[in-house]
Amino acid sequence: MNASENKVPAGWSPRIVAFFCNWCTYTAADLAGVSRLKYAPNVRVIRLMCSGRVDPQFILEAFARGADGVLVGGCHPNDCHYVEGNYKMLRRARLLRRMLAGMGIEEARFRLEWISAAEGEKVKVVVNEMVEQIRALGPLGLPGRWAEWDREVAGLAERVAAVEAAGVGEKESEVAHG
Amino acid sequence: MNHGKNNGEEIRIGFYVCHCGHNIASMVDCAEVAKYVEQLPHVVLSRDYKYMCSDPGQELIAQDIKEHNLNRIVVASCSPLLHEHTFRTAVERGGINPFYFHMVNIREHNSWVHTDRAAATLKAKALARAAIKRVAHHRALETKRVPIHPDVLVVGGGIAGIHAAMTLANAGKKVYLVEREPTIGGHMAKFDKTFPTLDCAACILTPKMSQVGAHPNIKLMTYSEVTKVDGYVGNYTVTIKHKPRYVIEDLCIGCQDCIPACVYKEPKFPDEFNENLGKRKPIYIPFPQATPQVVIIDPDTCLNLKTGKCKKTCVEACGDKKAIDFKQQETFEDIKVGTIIVATGFKTFDATKMPQYGYGIHKNVYTALEVERLVNASGPTGGEIILRDGTHPKSIGIIHCVGSRDERHNRWCSRVCCMYSLKLAHLLKEHTGAEVYNFYIDMRTAGKNYDEFYGKLLDEGVHFIRGRVGEVTDWAFTPEEEGHLVIRVEDTLAGYVRRIPVDMVVLATGLEPQEDAQEVRRLFNMSCGGEGFFLERHPKLAPVNTFTDGIFLAGCCQGPKDIPDSVAQAGAAAAEALVLVDKGYVEQEPNTAFVIENECSGCKSCVPLCPYTAIAFDGSKQKAYINEALCKGCGTCVGACPSGSIVQNLFEDAEVFSEIEGVLAE
Ligand SMILES: Cc1cc2nc3c(=O)[nH]c(=O)nc-3n(C[C@H](O)[C@H](O)[C@H](O)COP(=O)(O)OP(=O)(O)OC[C@H]3O[C@@H](n4cnc5c(N)ncnc54)[C@H](O)[C@@H]3O)c2cc1C
Ligand code: SF4
Ligand code: SF4
Repeated sequence: MNASENKVPAGWSPRIVAFFCNWCTYTAADLAGVSRLKYAPNVRVIRLMCSGRVDPQFILEAFARGADGVLVGGCHPNDCHYVEGNYKMLRRARLLRRMLAGMGIEEARFRLEWISAAEGEKVKVVVNEMVEQIRALGPLGLPGRWAEWDREVAGLAERVAAVEAAGVGEKESEVAHG
Repeated sequence: MNHGKNNGEEIRIGFYVCHCGHNIASMVDCAEVAKYVEQLPHVVLSRDYKYMCSDPGQELIAQDIKEHNLNRIVVASCSPLLHEHTFRTAVERGGINPFYFHMVNIREHNSWVHTDRAAATLKAKALARAAIKRVAHHRALETKRVPIHPDVLVVGGGIAGIHAAMTLANAGKKVYLVEREPTIGGHMAKFDKTFPTLDCAACILTPKMSQVGAHPNIKLMTYSEVTKVDGYVGNYTVTIKHKPRYVIEDLCIGCQDCIPACVYKEPKFPDEFNENLGKRKPIYIPFPQATPQVVIIDPDTCLNLKTGKCKKTCVEACGDKKAIDFKQQETFEDIKVGTIIVATGFKTFDATKMPQYGYGIHKNVYTALEVERLVNASGPTGGEIILRDGTHPKSIGIIHCVGSRDERHNRWCSRVCCMYSLKLAHLLKEHTGAEVYNFYIDMRTAGKNYDEFYGKLLDEGVHFIRGRVGEVTDWAFTPEEEGHLVIRVEDTLAGYVRRIPVDMVVLATGLEPQEDAQEVRRLFNMSCGGEGFFLERHPKLAPVNTFTDGIFLAGCCQGPKDIPDSVAQAGAAAAEALVLVDKGYVEQEPNTAFVIENECSGCKSCVPLCPYTAIAFDGSKQKAYINEALCKGCGTCVGACPSGSIVQNLFEDAEVFSEIEGVLAE
């Protein structure tokens, strides 16, 4: 699936959901604020205690609900407040990426970053970069696509029903030659 | 545990959006946000208010809860890391459970970082909507109280660690003071005088050191290091490594009979305490007032430890005290403490990184720390300023900001170098009568009586030249420069480039994080700022706290500072530790996880995931079980359970899913 095929609605701007761990990345985002750094307003942060809490379903849910990108922020390797929650997230992220690829969700739409409490600047850089990348990709628009898929499936079901109603033999031949 | 949602009660949400003066209101249309939220499901009341964290702001919440029968509260204001506790308490005062509250960060994460008012207002609405959806799922929770072990560990025995340990010990607490060097005292023990009062460093420090050594409540562990920290606030188990000093501390009485008896008749090896300007023997005491008063044997220079072939005259001299033990080994000890104060100090900038200043190239270029020893009456020259080439200087140049305020090295101001440069200018002039030149970029003397001290130096006839020194060279252009070091500098006040010949150059090297700051940081689960100094929890409101509860900071490990500030901070850290110890318990966030037994499929995937081994498997029931006392609430198991049967309080799936839905519904 190619996003560029999607129509880019007027006034569209990427929507990014970010899951930040309480200890490093959330604090870094606070620091970015205290330091009055400026970054794009397209990101909405959801605070969790640890990046290890990020259930892959959260990410899928965010895409399904219309996010154009998902950012997960955790402590640097070896610095996790809970020893190794970030490594566990990393492992899940690797599996998840393959799944996302299979669903036609481009790589740049899901990003995992290690951002320590001191790296307010990095929050700014990562968010801005991601917004630009996603802007270039265009809207993911999963909810819309799903509505379309639903219509397609419904249409298909209708056709099958119609064919079935017309008789078994015909249906088989149609499948064989279709 | 009650996991049924809300017991069917009607959800009545009160919403408050804070202007934070102009901090939020200038970028977010607060009234519009309040109006928007008003029409969301379950919202009974929606207000915007100038300062929510103020007393009247808090009171507003408490009153509204009672008057409007609210059972959920959302406040959109600053970071929850700052005021979540404040508002939870207000909610509780209103008569409902404090965890029926959720906080939305529209300052740090919104008004302060965005420039487009419409976008910021839209974002504030989205975040508020997420919280409104989320809070509907909140349940009443109880905080858990964990008892605090009353003993305190202080790491680092510089002035900060000493002061913190003494404060706690005087308050009747048992303190372990761990210092990796053979003696406590840190940098201050090396100074002759201290600015701005010019009182003798030893006279104010050494009595404190011996009090520490003798205090019944302090267990002093020198030549020791922390190697492992387990547990959590109130309940730390700390492993301490004692390095072998080859002298049994309990048996050595400090008579030092062994030192003259050593087979090395003359001191031969570089003396670390004297910045390698003097010599010591393999068996030595770092300086006369070292605490504890116990000698030490250096394995790298001791003939017996190196070759096994020595007459061991030291052992003979020690006689029946039998304090010397060449078989001593590293030992490890576990201690239990409730709180920890980290006071590991700083190191100075390595002047060889700026070869243009000639340190290590020209003999008569010194670092400030070396000069501290040179002017010291108990230093290697007995306080006489004898240069490395044996001469006495008639002119001296002190170069400020070496490695500091410099994009190529350390960007920060090291805060004490201006003042100690003035101090050294005074002392050197006093000792030698030489002409003294100070080369500075800016003079930073902000401190009680500091600028007055600067004035005094001006009166004393010390020369001040404003300009960053370009180089120190021995390349003479004129006969007057012959045989001298020449400092080349642009005098930015006079407006031309000058060459000033001097006999001695002193480099005011800046303050840096310790070499092993990163390892120490990991050990104690702390954060570092970009420069590598340990990060305080909040630069203004929690300057001695770290992000790990029960671990506090004191002194220069948090950033460059002078002795008065180090001591003040150490006192504050001690007070914070005392608050915990005397309270006797800490309240813990109830964000622990639990397994819903009848939904658990018994797959055991969660068991190995928990870093705190809080998850056990009940073989008879074939179900996982979480020990609440061990669970620290990271939520890693929750994210991994394939049957979705683990719940994390405060971060339940339903809560997070509704936040996701909330931020995206537009
Ligand atoms: C040349 C110079 C002159 C100065 N003159 C003055 C002055 O006149 N007046 C003034 O107010 N300030 C002065 N200062 C500043 C002063 O040195 C500091 O404010 C003060 O020393 C800070 O004390 P501290 O305890 O934080 O650190 P430190 O003095 O560095 O002490 C830290 C201690 O912790 C120990 N340690 C480190 N790591 C570990 C570890 N992992 N485990 C166990 N122990 C550890 C170290 O061995 C050391 O003993 C001067 C600084 C310099 C460089
Ligand atoms: S304290 Fe003074 S000499 Fe030291 S770095 Fe700051 S400005 Fe330079
Ligand atoms: S992962 Fe979930 S289902 Fe599996 S044992 Fe743990 S709690 Fe039970």
